Amino acid sequence: MERRTLLGGTIATAVLGLTFGLTSAALAQQPPIKIGMSMAQTGGLAGGGKASQLGIEIWRDDVNAKGGLLGRKVELIVYDDKSSASETPAIYSKLLDVDKVDILFAPYATVPTAPLMPMVKQRGLLLMGNFSFQVNSKVGHDMWFNNAPWGPADSWAASFLELGQKAGGKTVALLSADQEFAQNLAVTARDVAKRMNMPVVFDQAYPPNTVEFSSILRALKAAKPDIVYVASYPPDSAGILRAVNEIGIGDNVKIFGGGMVGLQFGAVMENLGSLLNGVVNYNTWLPEPSMINEGTKAFFEKYTKRAIEAKVDPLGYYLAPFGYASGEMLEQAVKAVGSLDQKALAKYLRENEHKTIVGPISFSADGERKESATLQAQFRGVVDKNIDQFRKPGTQVILFPEKMKSGDLISPFEAARK
Amino acid sequence: MFSFDLLLDAVVLGVLLGCFYAAVSLGLSVAFGLLDVPHVAHPAFLVLASYAVYVLNEHYGIDPLLAGLLITPFLFVLGLAAYRLYYETFEKRGSDAGVRGIAFFFGIAFIIEVLIILQFGVDQRSVTATYIGKAWRIGDMRIPFRLLVAFAVAAGLTILLALYLSKTFMGRAIRAVAQDQEALRLMGANPIRIKQWAFGIATAVLGISGALLIIVAPVDPTLDRAYIGRTFCVVVMAGLGSMTGTLVAAIILGVAESIVLTLFGASWAPAISFAMLLGVLAVRPQGLFGRRS
Repeated sequence: MERRTLLGGTIATAVLGLTFGLTSAALAQQPPIKIGMSMAQTGGLAGGGKASQLGIEIWRDDVNAKGGLLGRKVELIVYDDKSSASETPAIYSKLLDVDKVDILFAPYATVPTAPLMPMVKQRGLLLMGNFSFQVNSKVGHDMWFNNAPWGPADSWAASFLELGQKAGGKTVALLSADQEFAQNLAVTARDVAKRMNMPVVFDQAYPPNTVEFSSILRALKAAKPDIVYVASYPPDSAGILRAVNEIGIGDNVKIFGGGMVGLQFGAVMENLGSLLNGVVNYNTWLPEPSMINEGTKAFFEKYTKRAIEAKVDPLGYYLAPFGYASGEMLEQAVKAVGSLDQKALAKYLRENEHKTIVGPISFSADGERKESATLQAQFRGVVDKNIDQFRKPGTQVILFPEKMKSGDLISPFEAARK
Repeated sequence: MFSFDLLLDAVVLGVLLGCFYAAVSLGLSVAFGLLDVPHVAHPAFLVLASYAVYVLNEHYGIDPLLAGLLITPFLFVLGLAAYRLYYETFEKRGSDAGVRGIAFFFGIAFIIEVLIILQFGVDQRSVTATYIGKAWRIGDMRIPFRLLVAFAVAAGLTILLALYLSKTFMGRAIRAVAQDQEALRLMGANPIRIKQWAFGIATAVLGISGALLIIVAPVDPTLDRAYIGRTFCVVVMAGLGSMTGTLVAAIILGVAESIVLTLFGASWAPAISFAMLLGVLAVRPQGLFGRRS
């Protein structure tokens, strides 16, 4: 009897152990949740793209350290889109049809994202947007969620032009790059200027690959505008500011900047140094007391260490925390829904407010933020060749929105430059 | 709105911009214009030279122009090696014709681009010098010093190259190989060595051109793509192989671009440049200063 009990016990233990082992192995062998995206790792947008990717990678590592999503590890599949709109449709087809990814994150920026919108709408796929501007306005896809703080289409231009008007500005000059993102900004700026009864006295779109901006700036100066709204891409922003410094912009200009991409990146800011002084430009996150919290502190501790190794933007304020926030939003949606069902995830994202390190995020029907959290900040007291000055509060004073404001506009522009 | 002040400004800035275009196109004028090598990696070599200038300026405080001169011998050797590789793998086998030769240089350009990204990352880089960021004021007009530097250097470089090609034994040999390679061979000279030497010269020139590139504007690893069309446009419009022609064609292009940017609207600038190229080719297929073959 004892022998039989012993034998029975051994068999039972073995079977239990085997079952437990199999279950653990099965869990361990569960395929990872694949998140696919393209990212600008080369080309004009690469400075931002690589920082954004690092932000998403930090989220991946954090979520995997907590046990993953639905008990599965999270894996990122990322291809370089060379900052080009012509690359992304093929890459995303490959992600879906060959790599069989579970969730799609959009590439960084408007231009590479725009051609994807018809495809994701046609296939009924969730797409977590990454700092595009108004790519969904004409497509109307109800499963698009942009992580950028832009909010309503005109809020970006409106906040800048209102600051200019309050400073006494009556006329507007628009200088924009001749491509999707900048033209979207220019369109809204024209509408807002019209609504605010401010005539547009100069309105030019310069072609990509413009090398020298002296001639354009000379023409702009001759128009004698009070407010100069610039919508430029990273390679051009530095050229424009350099030309402004050499050619001048006129004493009547009250406010200059608005939509210059590039002036958010550490290396560009370090290179331009004192040329930045006085420029009022959009931003998304800044180390001002009104924006720092425990989440961003922990995030930037990790980011700063990894950015050196990855040779990406040493500051990473502009994009990286929002890449992390995309992951946080997905994480909350997957946990709430309990599956990867794209329609259910989209419904959850649309109907709820999400807690992220960059603050609470909720979406309107078009997948953009319900309320704009885009900053307009003025560069002050910037010296040449010093990256660390941008880590301290006060070098970029927040003028808008009111609840995050850390100072008032210094105007006119020439006075603010000193 | 039209004003003579604005037009004068546009012309002056256009001449300076044109000189800068000439400076970055002169090497290609030798490689493509004289040697008939489809050197689409020329702007990539140019950007590589800019990064070398950046390193010398950033870490050792050397003036960008002096740095450009210092790297010239290294670029000369790089040019010799690049042509030898091209000759051994393509030209010697007679497979340099058409797109295959272009594919080789496109490959080189991509490799250079990736190497720069791996070493320096993707961010823009710039240099510091006393003449960067300041302008010369004449009445209402302000002329950036960095463009004046480009003007002076381009003029000097053009004169030097033109003199080298017309007055020295090796220079005349290079022109000879451009005209009739077989005749040179019959006279007992080795045209391949002459071509290799000429390609070395074409690449060495990029030391100074690369310095100008980073003086005029910040550079990034993919900047070469912006210059492929422009440099080939200048060289073809000039008439293949003419150094003074390259300077004149570049100035015409610079002035046209500047006038259009200032007075008619920036969107039209690239269209005007290439329309001018097509116009010149329609009237003078050999280019402005090229000889009818």
